[in-house]
Amino acid sequence: MTSPSELPISGNSDVVLIRQQVRTVAVEVGLSLVDQTKIVTAASELARNALVYAGGGRVRIEIVHNNVRAGLRLTVSDDGPGIPDIDQALVDGWTTGNGLGLGLSGSRRLVDEFDLRSVPGEGTLITVTKWAR
Amino acid sequence: MDRVPVLKLGDLLIVSIQIDLQDQSVLALQEDLADKVVETGARGVIIDITAVEIVDSFIGRMLSTIASITRMLDAETIVVGMRPAVAITLVELGLSLGGVRTALNLEKGVALLNHLDGARAVTAR
Repeated sequence: MTSPSELPISGNSDVVLIRQQVRTVAVEVGLSLVDQTKIVTAASELARNALVYAGGGRVRIEIVHNNVRAGLRLTVSDDGPGIPDIDQALVDGWTTGNGLGLGLSGSRRLVDEFDLRSVPGEGTLITVTKWAR
Repeated sequence: MDRVPVLKLGDLLIVSIQIDLQDQSVLALQEDLADKVVETGARGVIIDITAVEIVDSFIGRMLSTIASITRMLDAETIVVGMRPAVAITLVELGLSLGGVRTALNLEKGVALLNHLDGARAVTAR
């Protein structure tokens, strides 16, 4: 894959497809097996969050480069209700659903860069990057 | 949706997950296992995740739930075959799978169940 791909998140089967596609690109970027597993797990968490809290969304999967390394970047976006209190949403165990509250906080620990923007009533945009070592 | 088959071997139930798990498949497995434990009177359940490439918080929580449900139905659940990368990722994610017994492989899982059963027989005496 040379160009970024964008996949829809509209059902549980999409979460599986996203995991598979992220795995393929992670191998292509040269991430270690552990790092592949981490970014695929983060993708699964974020995609499920979009599904559960926003009714769906989309994920963009792309290969990025800085001066020295290649990396995999995921951009997960939705047009859902947004997150009113981002700091609180990033606390382990905080959830407004019926999960464990580890999706956001846990995903943040699994990646190298994590950016979350959200506007209540408009949606949420989460960008995560894992760099090859 | 793919359904994960539950195999009966003596008084054990064995589940080997060979598919990329959808949330519905995991929920169905939970119900199938609860039914099968009662139906067969199994004393142990072994879930083999050798082929599972990732365990996220949903799948992890379901493994804990399955272990609690079968324990309530008098059967112990052992999760076997977790890949090292999956273990590392789970811990970093913040999931410790509390209450879930693990063994490195199927053979050790069966040995652990036999051991637990022996201990239980002694206590019951």
